[in-house]
Amino acid sequence: MSALLDVSGLTVTFGGVTAVDGTGFAVEEGALTGLIGPNGAGKTTVMRSITGAVQPKAGTIRLAGQDLTRLPTHRRIRAGLGLSQQIVRPFHTMTLVQNVMLAAGHRRTERPLRALLSRQRTDERERALALLDLVGIADAAESYPAALPLGYLKRLEVARALALDPKLLLLDEPLAGLNSAEARRLADTVLALNGRGLTIVLIEHNLGEVLRICRRLVVLDNGRKIAEGEPTAVMEQPDVRAAYLGESDVAA
Amino acid sequence: MAYEISLLTIVSISCIWALSLNLITGFCGQISLGHAAFYGIGAYTAAMLTKGGMPFGAALVAGACLAGLIGMVVGLASLRVRHDFLAITTMGVGFLFLGIVRKVDALGGELGISGIPDPGLGKVGFMLLCLGCAAAATAFSLYVKRSWMGFAFDAIADDEDTARMLGVDVARYKLTAFAMGTAIAGFAGGLYAHFVRFIDPESFGFVESIAVLSMVVVGGIGSTWGVLFAAALMTLLPRLFDFIDNYKLLIYGALLFAVMRFSPEGAAGLVSRFWRRKVVPS
Repeated sequence: MSALLDVSGLTVTFGGVTAVDGTGFAVEEGALTGLIGPNGAGKTTVMRSITGAVQPKAGTIRLAGQDLTRLPTHRRIRAGLGLSQQIVRPFHTMTLVQNVMLAAGHRRTERPLRALLSRQRTDERERALALLDLVGIADAAESYPAALPLGYLKRLEVARALALDPKLLLLDEPLAGLNSAEARRLADTVLALNGRGLTIVLIEHNLGEVLRICRRLVVLDNGRKIAEGEPTAVMEQPDVRAAYLGESDVAA
Repeated sequence: MAYEISLLTIVSISCIWALSLNLITGFCGQISLGHAAFYGIGAYTAAMLTKGGMPFGAALVAGACLAGLIGMVVGLASLRVRHDFLAITTMGVGFLFLGIVRKVDALGGELGISGIPDPGLGKVGFMLLCLGCAAAATAFSLYVKRSWMGFAFDAIADDEDTARMLGVDVARYKLTAFAMGTAIAGFAGGLYAHFVRFIDPESFGFVESIAVLSMVVVGGIGSTWGVLFAAALMTLLPRLFDFIDNYKLLIYGALLFAVMRFSPEGAAGLVSRFWRRKVVPS
């Protein structure tokens, strides 16, 4: 199989601090890859470099052979990235279903003129409702985000990312802030999505769920990749154990 | 009767002008404190052209195009700065326009342009033209709001970073909003110039920028009907009551403050809140 996402030699600095230091990894088409590491390892910075929120100092990012490194965020999304953000950012002036509809209409919003000339929203609405149902929050479709608990908004992020019909779904801590039953349900949803052939990169602190659903791990520590491969094999490597056990918040 | 005709004409022109700002500020969420400049660009351009012999219709379109073109350049600023910084930038554009028309003799300087040709439609004909244009601007606003462009504008006004994450080309949409809004403002300016047939820099000053922003805010940011209502009301009142005209700035300022403090969604927000309470008694 070919690599769908190929990150190589990625280096990101903030002022004098090197957050990511020459990291690279590849994600095969159809894979469910866990990107893990202790706090401050650079996971989110890697994610933000992939989406274009952060401009790397060096390195390249390719998606399905296309070089994304210099593209603005919206063009990367259109190239096939879908992102669910760690800190939820719903449109507060829209209901949940409208939030997802906007993403589902990504073909209509590609150019302003095309957007001006199209009014029909029924297909997008149906698709949005189906996606809300898929992530298990269809009951709140007509509610506004402000009235909903975090668990709903986390799942909204996932539904919205899916509505973009991405080639690659990036999930940045989708389980954070959820209770264990909710986390398990959402992790099952992620697994099911992967089962349908969607390629997924999951950044997650909830190691239990990561080990349960991912078949491949990439471990970062201090901005470098320290291990990559089969979950059980990776977790037995001494430097991975040291990186984790050296941290006080690992027990969870 | 002549007085009523002229009132209806100026109200129509104000409505077009307020709706044009509503496209930028209400729909796309980009504040502008210099919208009078584009009204002025349209007015000066159309006036100069008809004085030079160009047909009225063509001059109106030319004024709209020039205003839209310059508006798009100003829109580029909105890609770099947001919120209060954009407010200051657009305010600067307003003063820049005033500075230029005041100093350039070809544009009449402080004296402005007088003797603007009569479009030859008669008072009633001109009123009907303005009413028709206001109706068209209203229909266009309502259409945009319901189109996918309006949907994308909603997203940008709400949170432009998230809009980007959903693949929206925020820069292009903002420029489109500025181009459309300023072009329509320019068109309204051309109508205004041929209605009063005398323009000077004072007609397009900072106070006018604040007045049109007040119409949008008081009506309810983004609400087409609310903005129409406020534009009509705030154009009529100073003409019907002298004391309101004398204390225009004070009253507009107080209105802006009251709306922001008590009903940030403006008149439209008040109506919909009242309606909801009636329909669903709680």
